Amino acid sequence: MTIRTRSARRTRLTAVAAAGAGLALALTGCSSDDGGGDGGGGASSTADCSAFDSYGDLSGKTVTVYAGIVAPEDQPYMDSYKPFEDCTGATVNYTADKNFEQQIVVQAKAGNAPDIAIVPQPGLLQQLVATGKAVEPPKAVADNVDKWWGEDWKKYGTVDGTFYAAPSGASVKSLVWYSPKEFKDKGYEVPTTLDDLKSLSDKIVADGDHKPWCAGIGSGEATGWPVTDWMEDMMLRIGGPDVYDQWVAHDIAFNSEVPTQALDAVGDYLKNPDYVNGGIGDVSSIATTTFQDGGLPILDGTCSLHRQASFYASNFPEGTDVSENGDVFAFYLPGKTADDHPVLGGGEFNLAFADRPEVQAFQTYLSTDLWANTKAKASSDATGGGWISANTGLDTANLVNPIDQLAAGILQDPNTVFRFDGSDQMPAAVGSNSFWKQSTSWITGQSTKDTLDKIESSWP
Amino acid sequence: MEITDKLLSMVYALVAFAIVVGGILFLASLYERRGGRKVAWWFIAPTLLLLAVALVYPALRTVYVSFFDSSGAAFVGLDNYSTVFTSPDQLVVLRNTVLWTLVTPFVATGIGLIYAILVDGAKGESVAKGLVFLPMAISLVGASIIWKFVYDFRDPAAGTAKNPVEQIGLLNQIFTWLGGSPHNFLLNSPGNTFWLILVMIWIQAGFAMTILSASIKAISADIVEAARLDGVSALEMFRYVTFPAIRPAVVVVLTTIAIACLKVFDIVRTMTGGQFKTSVVANEFYTQTFSAANQGLGAALAVILFILVVPIIVYNVRQLRASEAR
Repeated sequence: MTIRTRSARRTRLTAVAAAGAGLALALTGCSSDDGGGDGGGGASSTADCSAFDSYGDLSGKTVTVYAGIVAPEDQPYMDSYKPFEDCTGATVNYTADKNFEQQIVVQAKAGNAPDIAIVPQPGLLQQLVATGKAVEPPKAVADNVDKWWGEDWKKYGTVDGTFYAAPSGASVKSLVWYSPKEFKDKGYEVPTTLDDLKSLSDKIVADGDHKPWCAGIGSGEATGWPVTDWMEDMMLRIGGPDVYDQWVAHDIAFNSEVPTQALDAVGDYLKNPDYVNGGIGDVSSIATTTFQDGGLPILDGTCSLHRQASFYASNFPEGTDVSENGDVFAFYLPGKTADDHPVLGGGEFNLAFADRPEVQAFQTYLSTDLWANTKAKASSDATGGGWISANTGLDTANLVNPIDQLAAGILQDPNTVFRFDGSDQMPAAVGSNSFWKQSTSWITGQSTKDTLDKIESSWP
Repeated sequence: MEITDKLLSMVYALVAFAIVVGGILFLASLYERRGGRKVAWWFIAPTLLLLAVALVYPALRTVYVSFFDSSGAAFVGLDNYSTVFTSPDQLVVLRNTVLWTLVTPFVATGIGLIYAILVDGAKGESVAKGLVFLPMAISLVGASIIWKFVYDFRDPAAGTAKNPVEQIGLLNQIFTWLGGSPHNFLLNSPGNTFWLILVMIWIQAGFAMTILSASIKAISADIVEAARLDGVSALEMFRYVTFPAIRPAVVVVLTTIAIACLKVFDIVRTMTGGQFKTSVVANEFYTQTFSAANQGLGAALAVILFILVVPIIVYNVRQLRASEAR
């Protein structure tokens, strides 16, 4: 009996000791894990800090930034924060992950949102403001936005009449990729109206060498999104910006007249067996070709035209000369007439969840032309470009990459009427579900009417 | 949150953990002298607690949410369930899940069983079994990517005389060698679902083969000997000796694969993303909840999935017990 209890006690002691040892192990294991504090040697900086005087001394203060922009594009962001950190003494902690769009909603609802979130969609921005955790920016930010951005951009950072978020980066989607060499050899000219685009396509067909257009819409669950971009571009051109806004806000039905015309206009290109799918196959091959591969046949000369956003530049193999007289370049997808300049695009917004002085100072810095130029330079250095802003203070000389210069030029053109990607603003049930799915079914044979009826019925 | 805060909250968590574990061990030791049953309860308590928090509560919550609209604000009764059973898109999802659950277990088990019998006792058995078992070691996503390449399709019409199209997909290249024309496997419904199912069969046949082979080997040599002396043919041997002996194992394999198929997600998501009418319940549940922001419908799909899995699990557990009791 005594033996039994004693052995039992020993076991118990061993167990407790083991638990303690585990605890100690866990502690040491984790404590080594938080290294990586960047020693941002502020004093040694020789940069001109006069622009930062108004922010005061923020030594020891920290601002957290959360975004969906991951490596390698995250580095220029951190680099562009450096002058702010060096001059004010504040620390900016940038974190990013690919699940940003789901995570940020969870964080905001749970009350542990970052100080600043870089939000890529107006729809998400509204959802975040609706949580009640977002805070309005200081007046300096609104003033900067009035000064450097167009009215349309400010509107996308505004929720229910209250301005919340200054725009950050931007992208231009209304672009058609082509081969400048081919155009020169065959005497084709860059079209300036929609009708010109059509007759150019017919001319390429008549030359009989290959089909003029190529496209790919495969993107996993998001398969179909390039078609939604096409349709948005056509909505802007056929209906004009006002009807476009009504369509996005569901003030006109998704299956009403103008959207039907717009999708049919897309069909004149993407469902025309004479036009597609150059270098890839028939119309249905658009559905199973990934969007990354969709424009590559231009390089083989088996396709001449590919409508895709400015980011597509990075999809061409290394060594491809992407410039006005190079292997491949893009032209602006023309408006109905040469004077119409509707542009479809996207962009990010800096939304704050805290109004501490250092957060407001940082937010103000992000809305300046100084930051836009710093970021453009940082991107040029770190990733060879690929980043632009609609900030009119952005000096295009800071952009190394010809396609960035083209896109920034389009955005800054005073004749440009900018509209944000519509599917990014629609409710998720449409914008990131039925619009994609039905567009895919449309490519594989479903009629325009059925397609639009189904999307209309899915509107929540 | 500052790093120090994070460290501090981690310390709190670990201390709390130590206190809880220490407390349980202490309490258990108090009852130890009085009898084993109470000690058992003290040790089970944390598991029960965690199950309640992490499994039972979310399950009940999911059922609750499934009666609400997309944002969880308004009560809609059974609307989400009626959507699942009436909307044409959702019916395709249900049809696909039924196809997966009916086709995969029987085909995979059949192949595994035949293979196990054929290689049983043959020369190089372990190598032959290893080959079939290998796919089990590959993750579903990895397997899906491999098969996506196998199914890859290039339209021959896109080529020019100077620049003919080369198939990079294995299956289409074989078709082309045999004089056929290449086929766009993943595009046309409902055939595409069967091409996806093939991936699952490729993976699960190895599993079926391993389990069944082991249970064939467990058949008592006396019985086999006796049957041989009675002069049974190979077919009769299978019909009257082998199959009855391994029947419980066959049932377990069938049900295990069926459950895996009901829950299949990775293959569909990686290969088609649920496009081209290939979505299944588990994939649609994820899409509705996280992409389409329709919590209610997502929850309803999850509940339906749960209801479908339960009877198979019950049957599986009963069979497992029956085979253990033998």
